[in-house]
Parts: sequence; structure tokens; C-alpha cells
Amino acid sequence: MDKKVVIEFSNFGFQYFSQSEPTLHDINLKIYEGEKILIAGPSGSGKSTLGNCINGLIPFAYKGKITGSLKVAGIETKSASLFKLSTKVGTVLQDSDGQFFGLNVGEDIAFSLENDMVPQEEMKQKVEKIAEIVDMKDHLQNDPHALSGGQKQRVSLAGVMVDDVDILLFDEPLANLDPKTGKTAIELIDQIANENRTIIIIEHRLEDVLHRSVDRIILVDEGRIIIDDTPDVVLASGILAKYGVREPLYMTAAKYAGAVITPQMHPASLDTFDVSSMKDRILSWYEANHIREKQKHLKEMLKIEDICYSYDGVKTVLNHINASVYEGEMLSIVGKNGAGKTTLASIVCGFIKPDEGRIMMDEEDLSKYTISERAEKIGIVMQNPNQMISKTMIFDEVALGLKVRNIPEEEIKKRVYDVLKICGLYEFRNWPVSALSFGQKKRVTIASILVLNPQILILDEPTAGQDYHHYSEIMEFLKTLNENGQTIIMITHDMHLMLEYTDRAIVITDGQKLADEKAFAVLCDTELTEKANLKETSLFALANKAGVSDPLGFVECFIHYDRKERENEG
Amino acid sequence: MKVKLFSYSQLDTFVHRLSGVSKLFCFLFLTTAIMLTYDIRIIVCIMILSLIMMKISKIQFKQIKTMLIYVGLFLLFNFILTYVVEPEYGVKIYGTKHVLFSIVGRYTVTQEQLFYQMTKFMKYLSVIPLGIIFVLTTNPSEFASSLNGVGVSYKICTALSLTLRYFPDVARDYTTISLAQQARGIEMSAKAKFTDRIKRVAAILIPLIMTTMDRVELISNAMDLRGYGKNKKRTWYSQKPLKTADYISMAVSLLVLIGSLYVRFYINHSMFYNPFI
Repeated sequence: MDKKVVIEFSNFGFQYFSQSEPTLHDINLKIYEGEKILIAGPSGSGKSTLGNCINGLIPFAYKGKITGSLKVAGIETKSASLFKLSTKVGTVLQDSDGQFFGLNVGEDIAFSLENDMVPQEEMKQKVEKIAEIVDMKDHLQNDPHALSGGQKQRVSLAGVMVDDVDILLFDEPLANLDPKTGKTAIELIDQIANENRTIIIIEHRLEDVLHRSVDRIILVDEGRIIIDDTPDVVLASGILAKYGVREPLYMTAAKYAGAVITPQMHPASLDTFDVSSMKDRILSWYEANHIREKQKHLKEMLKIEDICYSYDGVKTVLNHINASVYEGEMLSIVGKNGAGKTTLASIVCGFIKPDEGRIMMDEEDLSKYTISERAEKIGIVMQNPNQMISKTMIFDEVALGLKVRNIPEEEIKKRVYDVLKICGLYEFRNWPVSALSFGQKKRVTIASILVLNPQILILDEPTAGQDYHHYSEIMEFLKTLNENGQTIIMITHDMHLMLEYTDRAIVITDGQKLADEKAFAVLCDTELTEKANLKETSLFALANKAGVSDPLGFVECFIHYDRKERENEG
Repeated sequence: MKVKLFSYSQLDTFVHRLSGVSKLFCFLFLTTAIMLTYDIRIIVCIMILSLIMMKISKIQFKQIKTMLIYVGLFLLFNFILTYVVEPEYGVKIYGTKHVLFSIVGRYTVTQEQLFYQMTKFMKYLSVIPLGIIFVLTTNPSEFASSLNGVGVSYKICTALSLTLRYFPDVARDYTTISLAQQARGIEMSAKAKFTDRIKRVAAILIPLIMTTMDRVELISNAMDLRGYGKNKKRTWYSQKPLKTADYISMAVSLLVLIGSLYVRFYINHSMFYNPFI
């Protein structure tokens, strides 16, 4: 290849001043002009640090010690400046919501031009041109916060493209997006790629990124590059799971069926995946393993009756919602961003009063209880643990809810210790909260709610922003709780979570309940997934491709088999 | 979407089209004029002017209802208190005494006292529409850009506009956190003891500070990455050049100020307008 090298790491290492160990070791990596690269790895692997080295946040915003050399577009980064690098590398950070500066879309796109002292006339023309490329020209006057998730992504992208940068870096672009919006985001990134523009995507949701092809996958773990090759080779090597990155589900299924996957089968995408040699295996695996689960009869616990709600009296957020929750089940509530899922949870917890309808629990109308009385029946765990933790010590944090209820000291101690044991935090009981990882903090918040013995536990996006390892850790923990009889409701847009851990799913979109059925069936219904911004599971497509007569049954079969496999591992 | 009760609303009226800086100057000129006078004629004139402006800028009553109720209560309280403390202050100022009726002891109701208190009441009341117009019709970014235009450092201007921008987000975080903590049994009502309440406020403040810090780190990185602070100066996308209407409005406000000073020094020869002589 006589392509120009635009990013070159040689024997590069980095250590944050605040840490005792280097985060990156001996990185040797060349990225060429016009390439599209995916950097994958579990959280804490150093993949984000690697990205921050490229855009200059390291060493200019996060201080530390650099060894070796890193050249971006010919510039040695450590002797350049953040501003100089920002003219070469455009970065789209995750969570576009938190980083809009402007009151309208146009102003936000213009931000870096303003800093460059571009005259207003020229600025307006440039903004208009870029807005046209990302298809946001008609929204220049709108408030960026009022846009849909996909449009927000377009605005953030336009904001970095306006600088004419040659390298675009996407830091976890899929976090916080619902599955369909994520898919569109990947398509958009693919659209703007061309031979002069280099694209780097940092993401652990591999299957979703591979919706459009990439040139190379670079797997990072513990600050080192594990593998750097084409997607076909990386996937066929089967090492992803070992490093805490989830491989595409269709590959897991093919492996369960006993197929040996080689790069020549092009496993990078289901469209190119050659299943001809494994068709028989898949069919016979399905014949051998499929079982129809018997219907269980469960006792109804919570009843949501005809709930209507509107924040401003004009736009309906929830429109006559009816649903039931049965004792001991694990249920997911899914749907578009802003579909009313969180509002429904707030109503169930009594945070807001519904305009119509009522919430019944064990034949009792809950409206007569205060928020804190309801909390002893229904507990809610927020998405961000930082929104809940208010004490410095773990014991105090978990005991808080009991202390304010004036429960005797002895009983508090016993109940807190019991719940800490269940949550696997007993050894840490005298630790400060700040010493814990994100996943552990999440468990502390779960513990602080469980200690009140609620009959139902609601979790808002329990695994948002978690890599596969932490995801499994949290979900296996919740599963154990559930097996011990805890009823759990999860609000999520993680399709894997819904498929692997919950039996039933309620689909809410635009304030309407669209479906209430088995989770796997929801993800095999093309029309439904389209309406609710979900994504059809690739298992269903694989079953069709392999010619399975009952693809729905195949997906169900996979779920049961997969659960058993995981139990054996655990 | 929550209804925005007290923040900038995007409309296209004469007042909205004025530049933020000219609105700031008009606001300062007019409030100074009010502060420096006890002449009810001037005060009423300015008040009528500002009420007309409010009409023009299409501010709806429901947007300002809550605020008006609080201000009204405050003014009423102030009115009563002024009388209780100094029932004869009007007599002292205007030098005459027209007793209407007497209540008890030194508490007589005089025309002078009523007139003085009426003037004071109007004086406070007339500042309100001016403030409301300024806050509700000024686009924070445009205000920042025009403030920069008159020589204020752009870093201060952006800090100001970002504060206005992110205030609703922090307020939303506060509600979420407060509800979550109440669900854990933290009573926020007045029933709790004072020391308990202080402790419980901490239960909301600490998570709020933590989430706000997260937010600040994200914003500051995002700003750095897009070259904020690169140069000594910057240009503004939403800057509006001052137009004739801006100069006229500022000139009118300045004239009102000068006029009121003229009345004070050459006609009334004091802060007060005295109808009793």
C-alpha cells in the first residue's frame, strides 16, 4: 500500500499522573488515510485513552507521562497543542445531549468557526453547506435539545465536520441511542466516509458497528493491542469473547451448532456470511434442542390500569396504558427514546400523579400512599449511580433508608449486612464508596433500595454504558435475585438484555402499548421492531438464511440453550 | 417537554429583535430613573411605557403569574410595615398634615402618608415589568455576543450564557435526585427537625454536585476539542449588529433618565414631588 499514514504510534506508552501504573504500553499502530477503523475492548482496557491521545485531550486536558511517539497528520502530538490537533481531528463524544452549546442548531454547528474568528457571513454559508450534507438544513433554527436522538447525532457530527478535519473520531457513538437510531448513526458515519477522510470508531457494541463494513478491527486490552486485522479474521479467530467483547449473536449460534468459522466465510456481516456449509448442522442442532416451554401460571401482583399522562396538557405522553406484573417475573419495558417508559415508571413509583387511571397492588389502590411509603413496596434504581449516592461510606449509604425510618440500630446492622452479602459487597462494607468501580457503585445503589424490602424492583437502564463483562456481572446478579423470588422490572433499550434475561417484554412507543408478549417474539416481528425503534435480532435472520422452517422457534431454542450454557460456565 | 415558565422564549416581535445589549442599557437607564425619583408622575409614565412593551413582546400572563403573586405579597407586606414603623413619614417629607382619620395614638392616616406609600409601592412595582421583559425576550447567546461587542471579555460572556443555558438541566437533575431520595424515605417537608433538614438537604446536594461535576467535565472537554479559547477574540454566529431601532430605544431610555433628573433638580428641587403646597 502506498497510502499515506495519518496516525502513527511507535512504542507509545502513557501513564496518568493520578495512577500508579501506565494505562497504555508499547502501542505500535499505523492508520492510513481514508481507512475506517473500529477500536474495541472492554471498559478500562485503554481504548478511550487511546482515542484521547489521538484528539489531544491527552496530554493537554488529562496530564500524564508519555513515552515513545505519536504522530497525527505528521505532527508529534506531545509538542503540538490541543488547538492545533483540533484542526486535524474532529471528535464526536458520547452523549451528544450534554454538549450542545448553542441555542439553535446553526449556532451549535458554528461553535468551532466562532473560535476560529471566521466572519459571520462566511460562517453562515459554511454552516448551511454542512447542514445540507447531514440533512439538517431545515432545522437550523431549532433548539438542539428538542431534536430526536438521531438528529442530535447529526448535529454533533456537523459540528466537527465544519472544521474540514481529515480524521473523525467517534467515542462510543452508540451509547444512549435506541437500537434503530444506533443503526442510522452507523449508516450516517458510513455515508460521510471517503478516501481522504479517516474514520475511527471506539465502541464495544461490535455487532451494531458492523452493520456497515469497517476496514480493520483493533482489539485493545490492558493497554495493549491484542489483535489488529480485518473483521473477518478477527471474528473467525474467536478471541473476542475472551477479552470481554461480545461477538455477533449469529456467530454464537453458529458455534453452538458446532460450525467452525473461517475468515473465508466472511463472518463480519450476516449479509456476507456464508452459511452454506453449516446449514445441515444448524438444522440438526435445532431439531435436537428445540423444546416448547410450558406456560407458567403466575399470580398477578401489580396492575397498571388505564393510565393517561401529559406534562403540559397538550401532548399525551401515555395514552390509556394497561399492563400487569406477575409475582416473581423479570420483565422488560422497551421502546423508542422518549416513548414514555421512564414516565410510566415514575407513575408506578408515585413520583408523578397520572391524569387518569390507577396503579393497583394486591387489590389495593396505591394512590393513598406517599412516595416514601410506596418505596417500601416498589423500589426504583436510577440509571446513574451518582444520582443516588450521598454518603461517603458504603455501610452508611445502604443504611440511609432505614435510619430515616427510625429502625433500631441493631436491626439496621443486620439488614444492611444481609443485603450486602446478597449483593456481594460484604467485604467492602467499611470502604468508602469512591473506591468502587462503576458496576460496584451500581450494586451499592441496588443494595440501598433492596434493604427496604420492596416487593418489586424497577431498574432504569441497568446496563447503560457497560461493557460485556460488567453487563454480565450486573445481569447475572439480578438474575440470582430474581431466582430468589424478587420481582424485577427493567426499562431498557438493550436488545441483548431483553432477549437473554427477560421472559416478557412490554413495548411502548409514542405513549401507546404496542405489544406485551415474549421478549424473543418481539424481536422477530419486523413491523413491530420498526415502529418501536428496536432492531430485529440477527438470530432470526440467520434462521431464515439457513432455511429453518420455524425461525421463531429457532430463536427461542437459542435463548434456552444459551441460558443453560451460561449457567454451566457460572 | 416541560412548560418553560421563566426562561427565554423565541418569538419574533419588536422587543425580541432588539439586541441584548441595547435591552440591557434600556433596562439600566429606566431602572436608574425610577430609583432616583419619588415623583409619581414619572414613575407612572415609565410603568405605562413598560406595560406597552410587555404587550408588544407578547408575554403571556401565565408565564409571570407565580412571580407576580410573590412580588405582590412582598409589596403588600412592605406597605404595611412602612406604615407601622413610620406612620408620619409622609408628613415629615411634604411638610403639611391632612388627617383623614385616626386609628390609635400616633397612628393617624394622613393624605401625605398615603401619597408617599402609594409612590413607593408604584416605584417598586414599575421595576417588575422591565425585568420580566429583559429576561423573557433576550436570547442568552445573542446577549453574550453583544456584551462581548461592548468590550466585556468573551470568556465571561460565554460563562454567562452557558450558565443560563444549563440551568434547566441542573434543575431537572435536582428534581430527579430529590424524588429518588424521597423514595428512600428522606422526608423533605417541614415536619422534620431543623438539624435533620440540613442533613437531608445534603442528601440531595452531594449527588447533585457529583452529577454537575460530570456534566462540567464533559462540556469543558467538548469545548476544548472544538477549539474554544484558541484566540484572543472570537466571532459570534448569532450576533446582531445594532440597528436604528436599537439606537432609538437606547436614546429614548436615556432621554427618560435625563428628563427625570431634570425634573428632580430644576422643577421639584428634591427627590419628591409635592402636590400639597
